[in-house]
Amino acid sequence: MITQITFYLFATILVLCAGMVVSARNPVHAVLFLILGFFNAAGLFLIAGAEFLAMILVIVYVGAVAVLFLFVVMMLDVNFNQLREGLQRYAPVGAAIGVALLAELIFTVGRLKLVPGVQEPTLPGPQISNTEALGRLIYTDYVLLFQACGLVLLVAMIGAIVLTLRDRPSARRQNISLQHARLPADTMEMMQLEVGAGTDALGGFIRPRDGYGATAEPIDARALPARRSDEKLGA
Amino acid sequence: MTVPFNWSLALPEIVLSVCGLLILVIGVFQRKNASGLLCTGLAVAAFVATAVLVLGAPSGVGYRGTFVSDDFARFAKLLALTGAALSVILSLDYNGRQKVDRFEFPVLILFSTVGTMLMASSENLMTLYVGLELQSLAIYILCAFARDEVTSSEAGLKYFVLGSLASGLLLYGISLVYGFAGTMEYGGLRAALSDNAPVPAGLVIGIVFVFVGLAFKLSAAPFHMWTPDVYQGAPTSVTAFMAGAPKVAAFALLLRIMAGPFGHLAPQWQMLVELVAICTMILGALAAIPQTNIKRLMAYSSIGHMGYAMIGVAVGTEAGVRGTLVYLATYLFMTVGVFACIMAMRRNGRPLDRISDLSGLSRTHPLLALTMGIFMFSMAGVPPFSGFFGKLMVFAAAVQSGLWTLAVIGVVTSMIGLYYYWRVVKVMYFDAPEPAFDRGARPVGAVAGAMGLVTALFLLVLGPVTGAAQAAAAVLFR
Repeated sequence: MITQITFYLFATILVLCAGMVVSARNPVHAVLFLILGFFNAAGLFLIAGAEFLAMILVIVYVGAVAVLFLFVVMMLDVNFNQLREGLQRYAPVGAAIGVALLAELIFTVGRLKLVPGVQEPTLPGPQISNTEALGRLIYTDYVLLFQACGLVLLVAMIGAIVLTLRDRPSARRQNISLQHARLPADTMEMMQLEVGAGTDALGGFIRPRDGYGATAEPIDARALPARRSDEKLGA
Repeated sequence: MTVPFNWSLALPEIVLSVCGLLILVIGVFQRKNASGLLCTGLAVAAFVATAVLVLGAPSGVGYRGTFVSDDFARFAKLLALTGAALSVILSLDYNGRQKVDRFEFPVLILFSTVGTMLMASSENLMTLYVGLELQSLAIYILCAFARDEVTSSEAGLKYFVLGSLASGLLLYGISLVYGFAGTMEYGGLRAALSDNAPVPAGLVIGIVFVFVGLAFKLSAAPFHMWTPDVYQGAPTSVTAFMAGAPKVAAFALLLRIMAGPFGHLAPQWQMLVELVAICTMILGALAAIPQTNIKRLMAYSSIGHMGYAMIGVAVGTEAGVRGTLVYLATYLFMTVGVFACIMAMRRNGRPLDRISDLSGLSRTHPLLALTMGIFMFSMAGVPPFSGFFGKLMVFAAAVQSGLWTLAVIGVVTSMIGLYYYWRVVKVMYFDAPEPAFDRGARPVGAVAGAMGLVTALFLLVLGPVTGAAQAAAAVLFR
């Protein structure tokens, strides 16, 4: 009884959240509803006795994916109203596809009948938790697929680096030999100041004479953006 | 649990993956401005070593029914490795001139090939999916490799979005099949479906979804929309790769699951495959006619070829599978050759891709024109060249099984195809010459020449290739 009540509780909230995700006007709210939906789905998994999947759902989807969504929504300046523009025009097409999929689901579930001779999957005994059971499977029987999935992730990582890492030659990186070769005389200058003269009267702060604009690789000076005007003061 | 695990079956895949990881490490630690030569050379060496291992690989099922090594897998793997190695060799010069010669390029092609090999060896729907994802993901990245060009980024994004959709469909189909048949192993599926009991409708829907997902990767007709844009936008070195080996792998997969686990349901899906094959052939022939860009033309040409090769799947007999395999072998060599020729099209350091740029090629570069002409006639299916034999075999298989419609439409669309291939030859031989191209790199010329020789003298190797294809096809019908 209590199981059923919790099931219906989680399921109702899940469906409501899913509706809010697509209908919420504010994209940040939509992502927050998505997160709430994930939590409820995790609850459903717990009721079904799949505690590993429930935890993975929370860790991966809530902890990583949804937060990433949130970052994207908040950081990128996407005009969501513009994205919504074609909604009325495309709604009939979307609805038609949705109805077709729903009809298929009803059709298949309504006549749910397995191929004859299919064995019911055997559950591991109560002495094995399903985390352990899954672990045994993926590290023994399905080790090839598990490693191949690892390669898929590696390729994704290479892709992210290849497509976004830009080697900027004008970047100012640490140049250790240059730092070691520095002498006090290069960087410090003793000046005799008149009494009462302020920084302004002396022409502003003095910038380092050299080494200030040193870059990782020698670059064409013309390619550099123009210095800001205040940097000229020390020159 | 007395079934042996058979670790050694996947030795070629393991060796290739480890080589990929090593090349990646070497690439990261080499000097900043080092050329891509070292990593490219190592990748080619890895491909050759893997091909040797594939040749000597034992047969059998391993990894608890997720992996199979047989003649069919070996045939597909050798084709895929050949295509990958050739396109890596071709890419070296092109990428260097386009300033995209980063060491990740051969590494990504290598991992894509690992995925291809997994697909060819799949004995379980999960292996199929993981292999397909590994292969596709690497290609999405490769398409966007020239990231400073807007066309390349567009190609990558377009392929990625549509490819993800296709993966979703495939996965939905797999889950339906699993739900109704209770297993994802091909052997188990075959046993479950061979009973004469009526098949649940959900299972058939699942098979249709799986077929659609694979048809997308093959760019078969209703799912071809991405092909021209992606082929045109991606760097030519990437197009040369993705038009070859991945197509072969997707076909190998399609043949394996359609003839294997779902073979008993042939009456249920045959109509669908026939329709797709017919649409693909007609679209490939008609849509190619107005094209002015050689890469787009090749995209439509490749769509058409997929249609012809799919005849063998629709037939669903041993002869049909053999025809498709021979067709794929000839297609691979022709495609690599054509793209080698396209890479040689470069004037004042800028790559060209309009058909009119080929004007009068016979006077400025007689050898290049001759090679290109051989490929064009071969793709059209003119007799002494390799393309003819592939077409002949699939058409013959269709006629033997009484599928006259397919064969007749195939012959008619080949005639239409001859028109647009002939147009390229006409531009090369009869139009007023344009200024000469830049001096080409030696490897590109060598690959184009070698592929031209294979295509022109295919008759000499027809026996061994057909024999290997026959052995491969026989495995599926045991």
